[in-house]
Amino acid sequence: MNDLALAAGQALRLVAVADPKLVDIVLLSLRVSLTAVLIACVVGLPLGATIAVGRFPGRHTLVVILNAMMGLPPVVVGLLVYLLLSRAGPLGNLGLLFTPTAMVIAQAILIAPIVAALSRQVVEDAWSEYREQLRSLGETRSGAALTLLWDVRFSLVTIVLAGFGRAAAEVGAVIIVGGNIDGVTRVMTTAIALETSKGDLPLALGLGLILVTIVLTLNAAAYVIKEAAQLRYG
Amino acid sequence: MSASADMRAPLSLLPLRLEAVRFDAGGRRIIDGVSVTLAAGTRTVLIGPNGAGKSVLLRLCHGLLRPTAGTIAWSARELPGQARRQAMVFQRPVLLRRSALANVAYALAVARVPPPERAARAREALRLVGLETLADRPARVLSGGEQQRVALARAWVLHPEVLFLDEPTANLDPGATHEIEGVIAAMHAAGTKIIVVTHNLGQARRLGDEVLFLHQGRLLERTPADRFFKRPASAEAAQFLEGELPW
Repeated sequence: MNDLALAAGQALRLVAVADPKLVDIVLLSLRVSLTAVLIACVVGLPLGATIAVGRFPGRHTLVVILNAMMGLPPVVVGLLVYLLLSRAGPLGNLGLLFTPTAMVIAQAILIAPIVAALSRQVVEDAWSEYREQLRSLGETRSGAALTLLWDVRFSLVTIVLAGFGRAAAEVGAVIIVGGNIDGVTRVMTTAIALETSKGDLPLALGLGLILVTIVLTLNAAAYVIKEAAQLRYG
Repeated sequence: MSASADMRAPLSLLPLRLEAVRFDAGGRRIIDGVSVTLAAGTRTVLIGPNGAGKSVLLRLCHGLLRPTAGTIAWSARELPGQARRQAMVFQRPVLLRRSALANVAYALAVARVPPPERAARAREALRLVGLETLADRPARVLSGGEQQRVALARAWVLHPEVLFLDEPTANLDPGATHEIEGVIAAMHAAGTKIIVVTHNLGQARRLGDEVLFLHQGRLLERTPADRFFKRPASAEAAQFLEGELPW
């Protein structure tokens, strides 16, 4: 119990003085996960909206696969990206293994299905409400997909944050493809895992505190945005 | 090609010809052999009991549904990629999460009207439905009657030749209904063909020049409105008029 109090005290001090090592780790985490979210959105949002308003053979199968992919185990994604990027792999000559780029790739693969599957659901619900009206106006399917994405924008905020939360909190994929190299590919989750096993509880706990705070803050912000938008736009 | 076929002036969409139109869904025959020609000018009211197929017939005409059999032919073709020359107002207005003005301008965007023209034209359409002061308010928080007027403005902004309305005032109070009917009358006066489905016999009297009476998917009669309400031709229509409340 004393250990915990002691560790917590030291952790708070590390956060308070903005310990440079800790700051570097936090910044790298944010850079990697935010980039991954951005890529996942660029791919996932149009994909989800297209499937939502589309009619093509195999659509139902695709929806099931996409939904299932939301539960991809991070270590498996890490392993696949590792195999792709390792020296003997098909993309080995790019030399990306154990770089932040590799971590971005792994996390983007992990969360793109989440963004696509959840936005597919939201856009499809909207589509069932708007379909007749948009067709009546002469809107094309691709036009409708864009219109609906914009119309459900406040729900998409929550989806994007779900993706970010998943990326920022996962450890399995980044530790495999990043290697947890000090100062290069060490992010919050991998550092917490390492420091805990080394017994450096204050640093691990400090990072844990920051991680939880970031995720909480973002989700609170998303909630407030969504509620305010609901009031304003109906 | 002859000179006349080359003329650029758009031919009228009307008359609209339905030939032995049938529509089946879920193993049921919803529309059963409807043949009718709808001409420009008159206001056509489609009435009949619940489940008669009125809304389905309207959607078939507007192209939202495809007939199982039979043909629905406009006198001029609407080409894909061009602004639609017909519009529809639904029972429940479906507005986007943006301002009333942006909702009306959206119809112009879909019709590929150049962006600089959109705001002014949308504002003018809102003025015609009496909503210019609410132009910048988010559309979905307006009252039901105001939302329906935004939907009318959105339909009107492209000056359609034909306007379909599916029970446009079913959810509205008498004051809002009166306003909506006023807008419909103004659109008719501006030259738009009105085809309206209604439950409300009072509205049918106020809005209709001619009545199409639909019963179990069949078109039982087509009668000028003043005659229909006094002496309907079919026994079913007489029964319907008796059963319905007169307002």
